[in-house]
Amino acid sequence: MTAADRIFRGLFVLYLLVFVVYLFAPLAVMAAAAFNESRFPTVIPWQGTTLDWFSAMWADAAMWRSLWTSAIVAVLVVLVALPVGTAAALVLTTLHARARSFAYAVMVSPLLTPGVVIGISTLILWRQVGVSGGIALIVVAQTTFIICYVMLMVMARLQRFDRTQEEAALGLGASRLMVFRRILLPFLRPALLASGGLAILQSVENYNTTLFVRGFETPLTVFIATKVRTGLTPAVNALALVVIAATVIGAIAWEIARRRHVTKAPQS
Amino acid sequence: MRDLYHRFGPGLATVFLSLVLVWLAAMVLAPNLMMIDYALRPNLPPAQQGGPLDVRSLDNVLYLANEGVHRAIFFKTVWASALVAGLTLIVCYPIAFWMAQRATPGQLSIALMLVIIPFFINEVLRTLAWFILLAYRGPLNAVLLNLGVIDAPIRWQGDGGVLAGMVYAYILFMLLPIYNAIESLDKSQIEAARDLGASTVRTHRRIVIPHAKAGIATGCVFTFMLAAGSYVAPALLGSPGSRWFTEIIYNWFFEGGDWNRGAAYALTLLVLCLAVVLVTLRLFRVNLTDVAK
Repeated sequence: MTAADRIFRGLFVLYLLVFVVYLFAPLAVMAAAAFNESRFPTVIPWQGTTLDWFSAMWADAAMWRSLWTSAIVAVLVVLVALPVGTAAALVLTTLHARARSFAYAVMVSPLLTPGVVIGISTLILWRQVGVSGGIALIVVAQTTFIICYVMLMVMARLQRFDRTQEEAALGLGASRLMVFRRILLPFLRPALLASGGLAILQSVENYNTTLFVRGFETPLTVFIATKVRTGLTPAVNALALVVIAATVIGAIAWEIARRRHVTKAPQS
Repeated sequence: MRDLYHRFGPGLATVFLSLVLVWLAAMVLAPNLMMIDYALRPNLPPAQQGGPLDVRSLDNVLYLANEGVHRAIFFKTVWASALVAGLTLIVCYPIAFWMAQRATPGQLSIALMLVIIPFFINEVLRTLAWFILLAYRGPLNAVLLNLGVIDAPIRWQGDGGVLAGMVYAYILFMLLPIYNAIESLDKSQIEAARDLGASTVRTHRRIVIPHAKAGIATGCVFTFMLAAGSYVAPALLGSPGSRWFTEIIYNWFFEGGDWNRGAAYALTLLVLCLAVVLVTLRLFRVNLTDVAK
C-alpha cells in the first residue's frame, strides 16, 4: 500500500464518520431535547433533566385526536390499497407483453407525480361532486399512490410464482375461486403483510398530499408541523421520540419475524 | 385480457379488472383531467360559471410567466432542486461505492441498517430534527460559538436550512439505486484498471461511473422530483425570503382563494417533473421498469 493510498483510506474513514454523525446527530439532538427542562427544545444549555414533557404530551387532548385521525386513515388506506394493489399486480402480470409496458407506465405514474399535485387534483375533482376535504378525501388521495407500492411488492413476489400449481389444482377439479383462495393468496401472504406494513407507514407519515385534502382534520404530521410553527415545546420532541421508538421497534420486530420465516422455509 | 379471464375465470377476472379500472379512472385519470380543466378556466363567482366569460384559455399559465416574483420562485425551485440532487449524489456516491465493492458482508449489513433506520422515521419528524438543530439559539450555533468558529450566531433558516434538510431527507432515494448499480460491477474490472496503472479518480471516471449510470440517473431523478414537490422542508426550514414553489401553490388554494390559478401552477409543476423524469430516463436509457423498485 502506497502513502497516497493510506491518505486516501484515512480520508475515507473520516468521511464515513462524518456521514454517520450527519445521519444521527439531528435525531439524537431531537431525542435528547425531550428530556431538557428548557421551554424551547434544545440541548445546549442543559437546564436540568425532566420527564415532564412526556406527561405534557400525554395530557394533550389535541395530540390524541390527531393520533386517532391518523389511525383511522391508515386502517382505511390498507383496506382499500391491498385489494386494489393486488388486483393491479395480477392484471399487469397476466397481460400480454405489448399492452403490459403501457399499462405499467400508467400504473406507476402516481409515484412519479409530486405529492402536492395528487392532493390538489383529488381536492379539485371531488369539489365538483360536493365533497370537501376530510378523512374520506385523505384516504382517497393517499390510496391513489399507496396502491402503486402494494402493486410493486405483490408483483415482485408473483415473479417467483409457479403457474403450474394453479393448473394442477384446476386439473384436479378445483374451482377457479378455490385455486385463488387456496393457492395464490397463501403464496402472496408475505408480500401482502409487508405491503400492509408499508402502507400504514406511508399513510401515517404522509404530509405533502394530506395537507391539501385534510379539510378541518388534523392528522399527526399536520399536528406536528403546526406545532413547530405556532409554539414548539419539548412535548413535541417527546411525541417524536415515542413515534421513533415505535417505528424502530416495529421495524426490528418485522425483520426478526421475516428472518425466522426465511429460515423455516428457505425455498420461499 | 383473454388471458386474465382464462386464468381466473369470469367472476374473479371481472372483480380484478373493475378494481383496477376504478382506481385508474377515478383516482388517477379523472383528477388530473379535472385539474387541467380548472387550470384553463378563469376564476369566476358561481353565478357566472358556465356563462359567456367562462371560456378556456392559457391565461392562468401566462399569469405565472408574467408575474415576476412567482416566476423567479419557480426557477429558483427548479435549480435548487437540481442542486439538492447534485449534493445528495456527492454525499452518497462514496458510501454507495464502499458498500457495494469494499465492505465485508458484516460491515454491509450494519451500514444498510444505519442508513435505513433514519428513513423509517417520518419526513416531518426528520425536518423537525433539523429545525431544532439549526435554530438561532440551537445546538449547532452553540457548538460553533464555543469552538470559536463563529463570533455571532448564524441564521441558518432560509435557503441553507432548506438544502441541508432536503439532502438529509432524500439520501436513501439516492443511495440505494447507486448501490444496486455498483454492486453488479465485477470487482475484477476495478482490479484490472488498477493493475494497468489507472489512478483512483480515473478508475471511477472510466469504469465505475459509466457502469452505475442508470442508478445515478434514477437516484437524481427521484431526488429532484421529491425536492421540487416538497412542502414540509421549505415550510419549516425556510424563511420568508426563501419561498418554494409549492408554498405559492398552497397560498392560491388556502389564502388567495383562486383555485384555477393554483391548478395552473400545480399543472406546471407536474409537467416539469414528468419532463425531467422522462427526458433523463431517455438520455440515460433507463427503463421505467427498472426505476420503480
